Amino acid sequence: MIEFRMPSLGADMEAGILNEWLIKPGDSVQRGDIIAVVETQKGLIEIEVFDEGIVERLLVQEDEKIPVGTVMAILVGDKEQKVAPVPAHAASPQPEKATDKKLPAEIPVSPRSVRATPLARHMAEEQGIDLTTLTGSGEGGAITKEDVEKAIVEKVAPEPKVQSAAADSIRMAVAAAMSRSNREIPHYYLSAKVDMRRALNWLTEANKQRSVKQRLLLVVLLIKAVAKALAEVPDLNAYWENGLQKKDDINIGFAVSLRKGGVMIPALHHVDRKSLDELMTLLNDVIPRARSLKLRSSELSDSTITMTSLGEGNAEQVFGVIYPPQVAVVGFGSVAEIPWAENGMLDVRPALTVTLAADHRATDGIIGSRFLMSIKDHLQNPELL
Amino acid sequence: MTEQEIQQTLTGILKRIAPEEDPEDLQPDDDIRRTLGIDSFDTLQFIVAFSDHFGIDTPEEDYGKITTMRELVAYIRKAQGAGMQQ
Repeated sequence: MIEFRMPSLGADMEAGILNEWLIKPGDSVQRGDIIAVVETQKGLIEIEVFDEGIVERLLVQEDEKIPVGTVMAILVGDKEQKVAPVPAHAASPQPEKATDKKLPAEIPVSPRSVRATPLARHMAEEQGIDLTTLTGSGEGGAITKEDVEKAIVEKVAPEPKVQSAAADSIRMAVAAAMSRSNREIPHYYLSAKVDMRRALNWLTEANKQRSVKQRLLLVVLLIKAVAKALAEVPDLNAYWENGLQKKDDINIGFAVSLRKGGVMIPALHHVDRKSLDELMTLLNDVIPRARSLKLRSSELSDSTITMTSLGEGNAEQVFGVIYPPQVAVVGFGSVAEIPWAENGMLDVRPALTVTLAADHRATDGIIGSRFLMSIKDHLQNPELL
Repeated sequence: MTEQEIQQTLTGILKRIAPEEDPEDLQPDDDIRRTLGIDSFDTLQFIVAFSDHFGIDTPEEDYGKITTMRELVAYIRKAQGAGMQQ
């Protein structure tokens, strides 16, 4: 028997509200399946399961508040499957509802049977608008360009109240985690300037070979350099929980700023094992989901270090506040041209300041310095990243 | 496609990428990135989307030439014209 418990979704979260079960008793689940959606301060989070088996019982109901660690469901492992699943009385009707939601009714109407101008039809296809849902204002009820444009605006229009409430609760979540960090963690800070000429030249050449959709951003080189440096200095890829607990997986929490304020820090899993192109694909998936507050539980709970990158046209350096129980946060400022002295010669180079804020209980400055020097070295050899 | 139609399409794409902002209020010479507060990731999404929509290639070295709506509309018209001549 396996007890599936409400996972911790970060140092700043003590409970969530079950929004929806996506499984029912008798269902088979695999590791990584999304089994529930829970409402938290950080939006609607998809909860993944980390065991395989058959769902025996659901122990919490939709709209119920669930403290972290609460047993939400009972699974039976493969060897126990001979036991017939016993549906819980209270929970059994709800999964039916969840199943229904997965199967939206599809009306078999051919888009060509709808009257629309060619331009409207083209625009609707581009924007993923279903013409059968629109009312035409053109001649004979034909759907016009204006009708589609109106639908596009309605489709993308944010829900102001929901967004505003989410922004407030994220602000409170950030406030709680950062206050705890400053209260409990003795930070130390280091910084290093990195000559980015080789990395930027390499990136320009690499992007010339790629179509616009496949182009890389500088940040993927930075993420990969951090992962490689962590492999060499593993003391910073760790939690401080009754002492230093080094982590085997390198899961970099990547700070994504929200336009209405606050940040989401989804974990980019196993960065050390991914190529630059795979990392770019991952960012293309994760960043829009982070901004629309649709992350998965593992993305909120698995980070082993945090990284923030301010990007182009911003401040030169950023010193972070550690997200507990992690022991370090790496910050990248904006690339700027500066006078650069080397081998007795003065030149102008694009430079980037990388900073580290680390937990002095866990490591000392010499470890932090080794880590920053390692990042610097890896960025001098972009072809090896 | 007229300049106005190109601009409307670009505004629609920007609205999809940055739904909290008001790209309709952009002035022709406003710096798009700075005015809407979009980062390098969103900028790349924008370039991918309009290149795809208008069927043009937008080399990285041209990014600096298309910072405002006026520049971008002219760039797209020119690129489309070049494509039609080929």
